Amino acid sequence: MEFSTPNKANKITLALILIGSALAVIGVVIGMGENHFVTRLLTNGLINAFFFFALALGALFFLALQYATETGWYASVKRVIEGIAGFLPYGMGLLGVILLIITFMDGAHIYTWMDPETTNPSSHHYDPIIEGKSPYLNKIFFWIRTIAYLATYIIFWNGFRKRSLEEDRIGGTELHFKNYRKGATFLVFFAVFSSTSAWDWIMSIDVHWFSTLFGWYTFAGMWCSAMTVIVLTTIYLKKLGYLERVNDSHIHDIGKWTFATSFLWSYLFFSQFMLIWYANIGEEVTYYQMRIENFKALYFTMFLINFAFPMLILMSRDAKRNYGVLTFVGIIILIGHWLDVYLMISAGSLGANAKIGLLEIGLLLVCAGLFIRILLTNLSKAPLMPVNHPFLDESVHHEI
Amino acid sequence: MSDKIIFATYTDEEILKDGAKKLVSKGVKINEVFSPFPIHGIDPIIGIKNTRLGIMAFLYGLTGLTLATIGMRYFMIVDWPMNIGGKPNFSYLENILAFIPISFEFTVLCAAHGMAITYLLRNKTLPGMPAQNPYPTTTDDRFVIEIRLSENKKHSSEEIQTLLKTTGIECLEEKEYVI
Repeated sequence: MEFSTPNKANKITLALILIGSALAVIGVVIGMGENHFVTRLLTNGLINAFFFFALALGALFFLALQYATETGWYASVKRVIEGIAGFLPYGMGLLGVILLIITFMDGAHIYTWMDPETTNPSSHHYDPIIEGKSPYLNKIFFWIRTIAYLATYIIFWNGFRKRSLEEDRIGGTELHFKNYRKGATFLVFFAVFSSTSAWDWIMSIDVHWFSTLFGWYTFAGMWCSAMTVIVLTTIYLKKLGYLERVNDSHIHDIGKWTFATSFLWSYLFFSQFMLIWYANIGEEVTYYQMRIENFKALYFTMFLINFAFPMLILMSRDAKRNYGVLTFVGIIILIGHWLDVYLMISAGSLGANAKIGLLEIGLLLVCAGLFIRILLTNLSKAPLMPVNHPFLDESVHHEI
Repeated sequence: MSDKIIFATYTDEEILKDGAKKLVSKGVKINEVFSPFPIHGIDPIIGIKNTRLGIMAFLYGLTGLTLATIGMRYFMIVDWPMNIGGKPNFSYLENILAFIPISFEFTVLCAAHGMAITYLLRNKTLPGMPAQNPYPTTTDDRFVIEIRLSENKKHSSEEIQTLLKTTGIECLEEKEYVI
């Protein structure tokens, strides 16, 4: 039951990439003369690189979570999760290249702390707050950390994938328990790195501002979007007639994860927002002032899409078992979380100059096309149903 | 009114499920199944409808949300407005962020308690009420099907009993039941 990418899907992803490139090129031509154009281009690169990297990382985290908790039900959708996590090397490459360009441009007005002027006391750009943070926020330590995160993620991912394919051949429980230990170890690393990487890559854009919740907030968004992609991919494969042993209960369970992680995200959004609103301290409220003054409609639409939509529509049992409803809500949530990343990054780097034009939409379409293409290729590289997973029998008879 | 009840005991829930399927396909109405643990997939076989507890939970939650909103608006805005953290309580809507955690907690409180109490009332299992389980062994390791003759007018007691004996039962008992 090998999966092979249908011609139609290949055509659609190719069309996405071509249309996206065309829009992006038109966007570049139109925007070329503007101030901050380079910043805008790199900001968009960072947004899309991070968003699609985060989809893969969220799937990897979910896989490790299933290993560490020795979950049974997910065995028949395991290869779907692996297919999404398989985008990790590509996402990492994209993110690495963008971060490298930004570093060589001394921050390109995205990471202002990378600009040596800000820590030079004789310069009129001197910023004592950045100077105070410079033991942590400096180029060398930033890259040591970034490489440590990416290396850890890729090493664990390669191990999981290798053992997963090996399990198909030799079976037994030895690999299972090894996965169990590695999964738990990964979660320990991920618990620290998901927070600190969010500070490094995103929070340091608003360099004066800080929030200890920020790492969890970013992580919740990442997890929710990853679960949504898992739902959409599973439904897509079901519609094509693959995964015949995945039943409504599996779909229901992944739907529940989408619902629950949407709530997790909303909860963290609200916790961060309400505490800052209530305390009303000058150095904390700037983050929200910037976003609410310049992007009021977009910011609260984004919140409503990511909170109220899944809450109201996915609450009932029947909705979580209905492919049409799940697909519709899933696509809307994905757009919502892309907007969330967009507002986190571009409102920090471009401030009031940020806008959504042809360039933004074009680059998003290109990256989405690439992501789907690589995801489908990954799925075709291994049998869609694991053969020797110890909990496979339990998963096939999953009923809730 | 008096009624006759047939209790058929099984030693395994899978055998019971197969037996129940056979009985239902012959048109026998099964009133109840007793088991030490939930049997997956038995509900649709013996024709039990999906629970409506979720609808009640929603209504209780809505009640809690309404009560919390009315209460907080009266305490904090109408009766005794206070200035907390430089935010004077003149308007509920402008200070709504401060009230959301309590609204949420009270919604959950009402939904949870309402559901628990509804469940207990509906199952007639309030503290101190006599146990209804007709077969104490079903709290240990046996599984029992209960068939009421009043619900099976088309079949005689003998017919049902011969049918039951073909389904791998452990023992069979007929009891007089007086309401």
